Amino acid sequence: MKRTSKTVIGVILACIVFVGALILVSRLLRPKYHDTLIEGHLAGEYYRETISHDVLFVGDCEVFSNFSPVTLFDEYGITSYIRGSAQQLVWQSYYLLEDALKTETPKVVVYNVLALKYGVPQSEAYNRITLDGMRWGSAKVGAIRASMTEDEDFMSYAFPLLRYHDRILSLTEEDWRYWLNDGAPVSFKGYLMRTEVRPATETPVPPVLKDKHLPKESMEWLSRMAALCEEKGIALVLIKSPSIEPYWYPEWDADVEAFAKSHGLRYDNMIAENGEIGIDMQTDTCDMGQHLNVYGAEKLSRWFGAVLKEEYGLTDHRGEAPYEADYAALSERYEQEKLRLRSEDN
Amino acid sequence: MLFASWAFLLFLAVLVPVYFLVPKRIQWTVLLAFNAVFVVYAGWIGAIFMAVTVATVYGATRLFDASFTRQKETLAAMKATHTKEERKRARLGFEKRRRLVLILTLLVNFGILFALKYGALIGRLSAGLFGVEPFGQNLALTMGISFYTFSTVGYLLDVYRESIPAERNPLKLALFTSFFPLLVQGPITRFETVGKALTEAHAFDGKRFLSASLRIAWGYWKKLIVADRLLVAVKALCARPNVYRGDFVLVEMLLYAACLYADFTGGIDITIGVGEMLGVTVEENFFRPYFSKSIAEYWRRWHITLGEWFKRYVYYPLSVSKPMRSLSKSTRRFGAGVSRRVPVYLATVLVWALTGIWHGSNLTFLVWGLLNGVVILLSEELKPLYARFHARFPRLTESAFYRGFTVIRTVLLLSSLRILDCYPTVGEAFSSFFSMFTTWNWGAVFRGGIQSLGLSYADYAIAFVGVIAMFTLSMVQRKGAIRTRILKRGTVFSVCALLVLIGTILIFGRYGFGFDASQFIYNRF
Repeated sequence: MKRTSKTVIGVILACIVFVGALILVSRLLRPKYHDTLIEGHLAGEYYRETISHDVLFVGDCEVFSNFSPVTLFDEYGITSYIRGSAQQLVWQSYYLLEDALKTETPKVVVYNVLALKYGVPQSEAYNRITLDGMRWGSAKVGAIRASMTEDEDFMSYAFPLLRYHDRILSLTEEDWRYWLNDGAPVSFKGYLMRTEVRPATETPVPPVLKDKHLPKESMEWLSRMAALCEEKGIALVLIKSPSIEPYWYPEWDADVEAFAKSHGLRYDNMIAENGEIGIDMQTDTCDMGQHLNVYGAEKLSRWFGAVLKEEYGLTDHRGEAPYEADYAALSERYEQEKLRLRSEDN
Repeated sequence: MLFASWAFLLFLAVLVPVYFLVPKRIQWTVLLAFNAVFVVYAGWIGAIFMAVTVATVYGATRLFDASFTRQKETLAAMKATHTKEERKRARLGFEKRRRLVLILTLLVNFGILFALKYGALIGRLSAGLFGVEPFGQNLALTMGISFYTFSTVGYLLDVYRESIPAERNPLKLALFTSFFPLLVQGPITRFETVGKALTEAHAFDGKRFLSASLRIAWGYWKKLIVADRLLVAVKALCARPNVYRGDFVLVEMLLYAACLYADFTGGIDITIGVGEMLGVTVEENFFRPYFSKSIAEYWRRWHITLGEWFKRYVYYPLSVSKPMRSLSKSTRRFGAGVSRRVPVYLATVLVWALTGIWHGSNLTFLVWGLLNGVVILLSEELKPLYARFHARFPRLTESAFYRGFTVIRTVLLLSSLRILDCYPTVGEAFSSFFSMFTTWNWGAVFRGGIQSLGLSYADYAIAFVGVIAMFTLSMVQRKGAIRTRILKRGTVFSVCALLVLIGTILIFGRYGFGFDASQFIYNRF
């Protein structure tokens, strides 16, 4: 009996050590997204937030590159966060929103419509960038199930070691540095700052569209997002941010316009409003019209902040203790980063 | 459902507890139900073909049984009333009917195997010659058909020869035919051993479970760490025979030797381990084959069950058959040596041709089989010469150095023959092989050459460590099974060993997104 107990305890201990070792190895092998491919860090940074937000942006790179929550606060006292990542598909935006709504209820949700052009899962690499950082829960499970490409399996999301084990042969200094900690945030409430100026020199020539309409699958997810916001009493605003690449077809625009009209939503195609916003694609873009640099993002945020303030009567939180303290630290880091990046550019 | 898939692990995780929790008398029916799920999961068409095999073999063996009984009764009744000649005629009548049933059953079963395995080839030939493809479209090869057809036909022949009685319950035959781990890559089993063991009651045994888990884990280790890693380089080398010539071919031969060993023995370890987990002992298919000192010995130690099958059901019956005896007699005028050799040589060549064809429909397999036969016969012919050499240099031939030399020679020889397995045509295979003697390009091999094959130096290092581990274990196993020694050191030690195996597979295995780790090389047979 005594011997059996000893054996059972020994086996349990061995299993605990094994699982512990696997967890440590798994943490070492997962991509850190801190110094490289930093977009992958965005989804996880949201959970570090200690304040609630009046505005949540969801969408792809056209939100995390083009809107500055720091400017929105500095100019209007609007608290906001961007839950966006590279090629974030509409169902991923839906689940990231659902995930966020478990802990807070913003007054406005802003969704950038570019990713509506994708009706089916696109790329495993982008899926990982968006989903790896998500907190485990029904939203993450739903997002994974909706996003998996044909060759992917759920197990490798549940146990990242199964996906990243081959990184053992290509570990970098970054992996060791952020093995046991996630490091400092790389974004400013979901905003990724870039300061380079790479003017848009050519007018984009759109490839011929096979199907003139947005896929019905993505429109269904948009409907679900609208229903979710309605259920929570949140105003959903649809935007097409002013990036001119990739090309936003008039036919797609008409589809979104019709959707917004039928659901009683506001839709702003900001490409048409570039002049009013003051965006100059010679100075305000970091990659020839695809994304705005910090100067363009600040211009756009100033313009859009005014719209949000006017249309949705958002509270000015400047001067309020928890927000002021939070944004003061963020603004300081924001300005330092701007200077650092500028000096790198020069 | 292949071994290296989540579906298989889940299948096993459900089967094992269910199998041991149900009442023992229905264990085998539960296993049959799981087999059915496994087979149907692989495809309905395959399940239908398997059902045809079971039905025809069951029907034939029952007919044999009935025929044997009637023959005995008839001959006993005739004993007092009929002449010896009449009784002989009656016996021959029974034998003739049984032979007819046997031939028809063999035609149906080998016909299915042939159509599925060689349908594409026949289709191509027919389309080229007559403009018509007999099968309309290529039929996909059904999972494990070569293995279960041979196992079931072996049973058919055993009953036909009255070596074993026919099984009365068709479901038990179905259980033997469809036993799922055997469908992935064999081995070819015998009804009197595995078939019987499958229907026996088995109690759960923790030690046996642990032992089986160790074997399964070791199988996955070899497959995922060594075989799938090396296969990337082997495929890259074979894909561009015009580029990778000379010393690259030698590299390919050696990598393929290690890769195939890890892949095939790994799969068989999993099969035997799964059987052991359920309490069923499956025949061993390997006995440290790369320690063989000749090709003939190698074939007694590699894919043992296939060799045994051909020996038992083709080689022996053929070499003592009437036509062979007549042929032997008619060649007596050329001398006793010739007369003795003719049936042996013909049977050997035929068996090796069939072994080649069994491996695939490509001509390269037929040539590979025949060359194996030729090498074995040549070795046989050279035996007196070897004997003289051994007598002349006894100290040398008994030394470890000479033993090592013969082992390396055998590995190089069998690897040279296996080149035919790698290239799509015989011409390309021979051309690549002979380029080793005309093109000296070790410089190109090591100056980035091997790095261009889809593997990093770290990958080669891991594979090398894996090969060393396999080699070391083979050496250690000479003094007894390593698992027995691990288990002797207690449960905790055994569990630790198992966890180390699993951990290293998880970290260093080649699997997951972007890798096709699911297919075993021998799964295509």
